[in-house]
Amino acid sequence: MKILNCPLNGPRPVSEFFYWGEVRPMPNPATASDDVWADYVFNRNGAPGVKKEWWCHTPSNTWFIAERDTEKDVVVRTYFYEGED
Amino acid sequence: MPWRLLRFALNKKHPEPRMFNFHEKLKSSYDVVIIGAGGHGLAAAYYLARDYGITNVCVLEKGYIGGGNTGRNTTIVRSNYLTPEGVKFYDESVNLWQDLSEDFDLNLFYANRGHFTLAHTDSALRTMRWRAEVNKHYGVDSEVVGPEVVKEAAPMIDISCGGHAPILGALYHAPGSVARHDAVAWGYGRGADQRGVEIHQQTEVLGIDVVAGKVKGVKTSRGYISTNKVLCAVAGSTPRILKMVDVKSPIYIHPLQAMVSEPIKPWLDPILVSGSLHVYISQSARGELVMGASLDPYELHGTRSTLDFVEGLTTHMLEMFPFLSNVKVMRQWAGMADMTPDFAPVMGKTPVEGFYLDSGWGTWGFKATPVCGKTMAHTVVNDSDHPLITGFSLDRFRNYALTGEKGAASVGH
Ligand SMILES: Cc1cc2nc3c(=O)[nH]c(=O)nc-3n(C[C@H](O)[C@H](O)[C@H](O)COP(=O)(O)OP(=O)(O)OC[C@H]3O[C@@H](n4cnc5c(N)ncnc54)[C@H](O)[C@@H]3O)c2cc1C
Repeated sequence: MKILNCPLNGPRPVSEFFYWGEVRPMPNPATASDDVWADYVFNRNGAPGVKKEWWCHTPSNTWFIAERDTEKDVVVRTYFYEGED
Repeated sequence: MPWRLLRFALNKKHPEPRMFNFHEKLKSSYDVVIIGAGGHGLAAAYYLARDYGITNVCVLEKGYIGGGNTGRNTTIVRSNYLTPEGVKFYDESVNLWQDLSEDFDLNLFYANRGHFTLAHTDSALRTMRWRAEVNKHYGVDSEVVGPEVVKEAAPMIDISCGGHAPILGALYHAPGSVARHDAVAWGYGRGADQRGVEIHQQTEVLGIDVVAGKVKGVKTSRGYISTNKVLCAVAGSTPRILKMVDVKSPIYIHPLQAMVSEPIKPWLDPILVSGSLHVYISQSARGELVMGASLDPYELHGTRSTLDFVEGLTTHMLEMFPFLSNVKVMRQWAGMADMTPDFAPVMGKTPVEGFYLDSGWGTWGFKATPVCGKTMAHTVVNDSDHPLITGFSLDRFRNYALTGEKGAASVGH
């Protein structure tokens, strides 16, 4: 069983978590061109690497960020979202 | 007897026939370079050679022939999809499957079993009626049947599924079949090889040379090759290759797992799929139960398998077939599925001239192997998308014109 470290509840089995994909800045929908918007909605950085991802601990509805190596499946660190850097 | 055997074994006049020719070196240039010796890449090579006489072609494979998703899938072949584009495309594939064994002179163990997609809720039944109507409209054999038909086809099933997910009906697709997956890669590979195509295993593509928007060559672990045409058929490695040519796509990778039981007496003829219980099952010619569930819940570029998967799948399996509780699981494995947001593939030309894609095959691309080879060969030769694949182009996302195969492909294979 894979264990993920929830910043609020500590180490919990991965089955308690929900994965919501890579953190991606949203372009301004009011000003973005159709191309920029389509790129945001559909395209993904599908290649492997260390990525910043949204995860949620579902029993407590705690959303947070995990930095994870998507080739080795190793979580580097987890923390609460603090805005775009 | 042993001496005679030895005499023939060592005699050069009686060499052992090899399945494939071995090529010591890569040539410095080819007309077409195909990345990936899975079923799709080899099928394209085969049709390029057989139908167009183009044989100055090499297929580059970083591992071994059929070692990707081709050799890891649960081999279900069917054409009862949801969109007109999908139905026409998969139906052509089912037609091509029929005489492949003869074409290759190799037994693919193509077995027509019939395929049931079970409905446990009214809404699932409604989707099935819709699918049946789309299918019939395009001449595909597909109908909604009641639970008694399911029970008759698979008498060991508990129709109430433990009492909490009773089966209300099913979409029945008589042409649904299974086939021997490795043999498909071998058959296409041998056919291409005999016509002069070179297959290079243990040869990884490390980069693609693009000059002024056109393909010029390929960097491999065994040296540089010049070429003007590259076909990328690498399933779970597609995003890595797209990065080399700087093309963006919606493709994302999640593992899909499967497992087989120990061999038992034949008791299950049809292929059964339950979307709600996340189970699909068929029995192989060897008696093993071949079983799969839904996609792993998060992105991963690897083929590790998990105990969570076995626990989840067997729990639901026992709801359908309680008598299996003493049967042992023998092997489990995973493949990297190249998923798309609309559950339709991404095929054809790309913004880079001479770079063609056969990808986005996720959890459903084995059945499409023949038609992909055929349509991609056409596309590469004519530098223009084959009419059957125009609905699958990469452009559809930029144009907000998705294909919407979700209802039919998410668990259904
Ligand atoms: C568990 C599982 C069950 C499935 N069940 C079904 C099913 O029942 N029915 C169905 O229709 N489909 C099913 N699928 C989907 C199906 O297996 C795939 O869509 C299909 O086999 C893809 O074939 P392919 O030839 O495109 O890719 P692959 O067979 O994966 O071949 C791609 C090859 O490219 C090679 N490669 C990658 N990168 C490089 C590089 N840089 N250089 C050189 N070579 C490279 C890989 O080593 C690999 O051999 C399933 C998939 C999985 C994982």
